[in-house]
Amino acid sequence: MQTSSKIPTDVSYLEYKGKHKGLKAWIFSTDHKRIGLLYLYSMMTLFLVGVVLGLAMKFELIAPGKTIMEAKDYNAVFTVHGVIMIFMIVIPGLPAVFGNFMLPIMIGAKDVAFPKLNLLSWWVYIAGAFLVITSVLFGDGSPDTGWTFYAPYSFKTGANMLPAIFGAFVLGFSSILTGLNFIVTMHRMRAPGMTWTKMPLFPWSLYGTAWIQLLATPIVGITLVLVALERIFGIGVFDPALGGDPILYQHLFWIYSHPAVYVMILPAMGAISEIIPTFSQKHIFGYKVLVVSTLAIAFVGYFVWGHHMFTSGMSGTAQYTFSILTFLVAIPSAIKVFNWISTMYKGSINVQTPFYWAASFIFVFLIGGLSGLVVGALATNVYLHDTAFVVGHFHFIVFGGVGFSFFAAIHYWFPKMFGRMYDTTWANIGWLIFTIGFLALYSPMFYLGMQGMPRRYYDYMEEFHAANILSTLGSWVMTLGLIIVIINLFRSAKNGPIAEANPWNGKTLEWTVPSPPPLENFDEIPEYKEHDGPYEYQ
Amino acid sequence: MENEKHHIVPYRIYAIILLLLLLLTFLSIAITNIELGAFTVAGALLLASIKSSLVLVYFMHLKFDKAYIQIMVGLVILLFIAVVLVTFFDYYFR
Repeated sequence: MQTSSKIPTDVSYLEYKGKHKGLKAWIFSTDHKRIGLLYLYSMMTLFLVGVVLGLAMKFELIAPGKTIMEAKDYNAVFTVHGVIMIFMIVIPGLPAVFGNFMLPIMIGAKDVAFPKLNLLSWWVYIAGAFLVITSVLFGDGSPDTGWTFYAPYSFKTGANMLPAIFGAFVLGFSSILTGLNFIVTMHRMRAPGMTWTKMPLFPWSLYGTAWIQLLATPIVGITLVLVALERIFGIGVFDPALGGDPILYQHLFWIYSHPAVYVMILPAMGAISEIIPTFSQKHIFGYKVLVVSTLAIAFVGYFVWGHHMFTSGMSGTAQYTFSILTFLVAIPSAIKVFNWISTMYKGSINVQTPFYWAASFIFVFLIGGLSGLVVGALATNVYLHDTAFVVGHFHFIVFGGVGFSFFAAIHYWFPKMFGRMYDTTWANIGWLIFTIGFLALYSPMFYLGMQGMPRRYYDYMEEFHAANILSTLGSWVMTLGLIIVIINLFRSAKNGPIAEANPWNGKTLEWTVPSPPPLENFDEIPEYKEHDGPYEYQ
Repeated sequence: MENEKHHIVPYRIYAIILLLLLLLTFLSIAITNIELGAFTVAGALLLASIKSSLVLVYFMHLKFDKAYIQIMVGLVILLFIAVVLVTFFDYYFR
C-alpha cells in the first residue's frame, strides 16, 4: 500500500489553499476535481446560450411565416445552436465533467495520469469556444451551414466560417488530450487488485469513449483543415467545379461525427449503469455483458456513418452495407437497456431524484433508439430524410440521452462533489416539469416529419401549425423545469445541508472518501481483495 | 516505471531508417510521373503507409515495446484499414 504525501487529507479540495488564490486557484489548478468543475461551469454557461438560441428557433416556429427573425438569421441561429450544443456541450459533456471528477476516485487513484495535460485540455476547450463565439460576433455574418459544415456550401458561403471551423478544430484537440489522459490513467493507475473486470462501469464507458476520442477526432480535424484550405486557396478536394468530391467531405465528417454520437452516449450509459444498481441496492445484472456491449458499441459505431448519407448520392452497395451495420449497433444498445431493467427487477428500489432522471433516461432513450431504427432503414430514411422526424429522433437520443443522464449524474454525485445536499422536493418538481416539457417539445416533431415538414426552414405550411404550437409551448415548459433544476443546484451547492460521505449507500470507491473529497482523494490507496467488487450489495 | 528497461538502438539503425524514409519520399514524388490510373492514390497511400510504419516501429520504439502495446497499435491499424475499405463500398460501386 502507498501512503499519502504531505497533502492534508482532512481538508477538502474546495478548501485547500495552494499556491494561487481566488480565480487563479481554479484556472491554474491541476486537481482533476477542480478541472471537472471548471468544465461544469463553462459548459453550463455555454449551455444556457444554446438554450436561448433553441428557444428563439422554437419561438420563430410558433406560427408560419416570419415571427421574430428572417430566414438567414434562422440559418445562423440553428448553426450556432448546433455547434455550441454538439462540440461544446454533449461531446465533452459527461467525460469532461464527471469523468474528470470521478474517474480517478472510482479507480482508486489520486489524480489522472497527466494532470498538467488535463488542465491544458480545459484551456484548449476555452480557446476553441472563444473562437466559435468570435465567428458570431465579428466578420461578415454568423456561420449558416448547420453544425455539419457541409461542403461545398461551407467554403462558398459569405458567412464568417473560418473562426467557427478553426474553433471546432481546436475543440477536437481538447477531446483528444482528455481521451489520451483517461486511457493512460485506466491502464496505469487502477488500485491494486482492481482488475479490468472489477473496474466500475462508468470508467469502462469512459475507456470506450476515450478510444473514440483519440482515434476518430483527428479525422474531423484534418477534414476541417481541408475545408479551410478549400475556402482560402481553392485546393479542389471537395469542390466539384475543380474535380473534387463533396460526398468525400460527408464521408470524412461522419467517420468522426457518428462515433462522436457514441462519445456522447457511452458515458451517459455508464452513469446510468452506476445509478441503477445503487438505487436498486442490487448487483448490476450482467456486468461483463455490459462491458462487452460498451466496447461493441464503440467498435461497431465506427462503421455506421453512412446512414447519414443515404440520400447524398452514395452507391447502392454502400447504402445496403451501412443500413445493415446500423441495425447491428442496436443490439449492444438494447442489451444495456435489458440489463438495467433486470437490475431493477426484485431490487430494493429507493426512488430518489437521480433514479427519476435515470428511469426517464431509459424511457426517452428507448424512443430515440426505436425512432433511430426508422431512419436507419433505407426505405423509410429516404422518406424521412431531412424532415422534422430526424430532429425529433436526434434530440431524443442526444438531448434525451445525454441531458437526462447528465442531470441524473449531477443529482447522484452532487453530495460528493460539493459536500452538500440539494432540496429533493424542488429537484423532483424540476425533473417532472422538465420531462413533460421535453416530451411536448420533441414528440410533435415525429408527427411533423411524417407529415412531410422539412427541417431547417424558418417557415412552414399552415397544416403544420398546431403541432408546432405544442412544440413551442413544450420548449417553454422544459426551460421552466431547467431553471428550477439549475437554481436548486446552485443554491444547494452553497447553502444546502451538509451531505454524508455515502448518502445513497453506494459501493463504488467514490463513496468511501469524505464529501467533498480531500485534494488527493485517498489517505491510503485502497486495495481490492479477491471478493471485492464495485456492486457488492447484500 | 523506474524498473522498466529501455532498449538502446544503435545510431546506425536510425541512420538507415532516415535514409529509407528519404528514399521513399523521393519515390513517392517519382511515382507521380507514372500513369497508374485508378491506382495512383493507392500507390501514394502504400508508400506513405510504409514510411509511417518505419517511424512507428523504429523511431517510436514499437518494435521494442510490450506485446499488448503492439497489439493495440495493430488493432488501430486494422480499424483504419476497415474504415477505408468500407468507404470504398461507395467509391467502387458508385
